[in-house]
Amino acid sequence: MAVMNVNPTRMEMKRLQARLRTATRGHKLLKDKTDEMIRRFITLAEENKRLREQTEQELCSALSAFAEARATTDARVTEEAILMPARTVSLACSRKKVMGVDVPAMEVSDSGGELYPYSFLTVTAKLDDSLRGLNAVLLKLVELAETEKTCNMLAEEIEKNKRRVNALENIMIPQLTETIRYIKMKLDESERAATVRLMKVKDIINK
Amino acid sequence: MPNKIAVIGDKDSVLAFKAVGVEVFDAATAEQAQHLVKKLSQERYAVVFIAEDLAELIPETLSKAKLQTYPAVVPIPTGRTPSGFGMQGIKSDVEKAIGVDVIFNKEDKQ
Repeated sequence: MAVMNVNPTRMEMKRLQARLRTATRGHKLLKDKTDEMIRRFITLAEENKRLREQTEQELCSALSAFAEARATTDARVTEEAILMPARTVSLACSRKKVMGVDVPAMEVSDSGGELYPYSFLTVTAKLDDSLRGLNAVLLKLVELAETEKTCNMLAEEIEKNKRRVNALENIMIPQLTETIRYIKMKLDESERAATVRLMKVKDIINK
Repeated sequence: MPNKIAVIGDKDSVLAFKAVGVEVFDAATAEQAQHLVKKLSQERYAVVFIAEDLAELIPETLSKAKLQTYPAVVPIPTGRTPSGFGMQGIKSDVEKAIGVDVIFNKEDKQ
């Protein structure tokens, strides 16, 4: 590792030693942070996978029921039936912190209007099935979105953090240690030179 | 704070969402989808669901969207069976964070 371009003085060495202490401490802290983040991430990722498996199945069955409903009646009739939905879904959103990362927190609140905003005369019962299924899966979908987003952001943060830890471990700390050693050796060398010079001078005087 | 939900997909497959009170945006091509994701990111949308087949075409836009807290852009299956694109996303997250995929490998061994 390259030695930094510094003056080999005692003061510089003091300064570098302080930096080395900070770097080592920071390295330890960041490493601990990564460990904890990974621990939380694994739980979240498992949860994410479980949720996704569930919702994907349910969503697919709801959507294929809808496709069937569309296929069995006139496409325009189905479209007209759901053109003016009686309910709106809104979310109460906030942010929460997971290991210093801003992640979303969502709560679904629907207006609670009529789920079937159409006359039962023209459309098939398949459409009712499909909408009931879709309405149920929507809550889970929002939960999935929240978990998945948290996972995404944590993964990003873990990667960043790892890079920081590596930079400290493999570049900063070795460089500082090396430079401190270099300064120490320079100082020792000049001390020895001074002693030798003194001895020489003494010799000359005694002669 | 954002509070709305949107779905992007081709009209036939996502129309059903309209009935449950979600806003539906029609997109048939990658460009349209990309444009919509960008536009919705700037508005008050908290969750944007996007059809898997479209999501597959615009990976850069999705990875850019991952950096912000809101909106959460989530791929959802719209066909009869899930294509596995969503699972792939979880897998790549795990790989990114840990280096190896511990969650899916574990299942295989069991």
